[in-house]
Amino acid sequence: MRERRLQAENLHLWRGETHVLRGLRLALNSGECLQITGGNGAGKTSLLRTLAGLMYPEEGCVLWDGEDVRKDMQGFHAHLAYIGHEPPLKLDLTARENLHYWVGVRRPVSRAELQDALMRVGAGDWLDRPVRTLSAGQKRRVALAGLALMNAPLWLLDEPTTNLDATGQRLVGAMIEAQLAQGGLVVAAMHHELLVASAAVRRLELVGTLERNRA
Amino acid sequence: MVARDIRLAFRKRGQLVQPLAFFAIVTTLFPLGISPELSRLRDVAPGVLWVSALLASVLALELLFRDDAQDGTLEQQALSGQSLTWLLFAKTVAHWLLTGLPLSLMAPLAALSLGAPIVSLGGIVISVALGSVALSLIGSIAAALTLGVKRSGALLSLLTLPLSMPVLIFGARATELAMTGAAFGPPLYLLGALAVLGVTLAPLAAAAAVRINLE
Repeated sequence: MRERRLQAENLHLWRGETHVLRGLRLALNSGECLQITGGNGAGKTSLLRTLAGLMYPEEGCVLWDGEDVRKDMQGFHAHLAYIGHEPPLKLDLTARENLHYWVGVRRPVSRAELQDALMRVGAGDWLDRPVRTLSAGQKRRVALAGLALMNAPLWLLDEPTTNLDATGQRLVGAMIEAQLAQGGLVVAAMHHELLVASAAVRRLELVGTLERNRA
Repeated sequence: MVARDIRLAFRKRGQLVQPLAFFAIVTTLFPLGISPELSRLRDVAPGVLWVSALLASVLALELLFRDDAQDGTLEQQALSGQSLTWLLFAKTVAHWLLTGLPLSLMAPLAALSLGAPIVSLGGIVISVALGSVALSLIGSIAAALTLGVKRSGALLSLLTLPLSMPVLIFGARATELAMTGAAFGPPLYLLGALAVLGVTLAPLAAAAAVRINLE
């Protein structure tokens, strides 16, 4: 992957009466991971959604490779993979079908690729079962398979290890390490320790009452 | 996207059949409630046919974006790097294939039960087909605007019905002219114009409304 850079400059975000982000600034380069921590309601999800372009800050901007993402949001999104709190899956489709349609909107994906991605996350025995029959952890694994298939340089992950057992949490760590090794960037909001051995993990703690947050 | 929505709809057949069953029941009950006299039925047939089709369309509209918004897949579509306008247009096309098209094919049977002559059936099918295209597109705007509203059915109806009045008026007029053997071209062209206007503007408006609701 070519060198990439994600920046946030002077982000101010209000949610109703709450000033969630107060002048937040960050910069992330290829091969770097930013872990966002903070208590409930500190603004972790709001920050991720702002970086993803799903929320618009009242002040400040998000830059991708030096360009304001608002100038070409569609182009920015083509480089982005975002997984929120809940895995974005249709309950009446199988795991395989979900990935076929989810990833297929972005790029053609072959049956072999789908199979391989699902096998890597341990879904070999249940990839053709409707998602409504899967456990929360299994659904999370399907979402991780989708993340891997998107081939996006920037990952924005909101609590990626939720509902995962120890093996699953190590899987997330391994996926993030592989993403960083390829020159990708990862921003992950999570309460728990990120199981990533790489030294290129920085941490940003959001504390709701602080005037400024900077990473 | 079209293939996905059609596959999903056939996995939830109850939701798929509901508007069609409503249309069939309403148009069947009118002859029982008014009078079996052919002349009286023919007088009210265009209005009954079109009001039933309109209300059946509104019933189906709530499902257009709601499920995708609730399970997070709509958010992924907005982040896919593809044009959200085109994706929502594809969903609206699927919606028409699943509701508008079957309504158009059922309309002749309903019209016959209301005393329509057989020679008018072709015109009735075309007018309902064109009108249902316009209704799906107009309705997609209202469905996108009411995404974040709980129990949005009433608000959706309030928004859709006034905008659908021209479709109702021209559609009923086209049906009336077809039933009397007169030339029904002019109102049909107007229905077509409304459909073309809908194709041009509705997906843009729906995409803007979805982005606002995703914030």
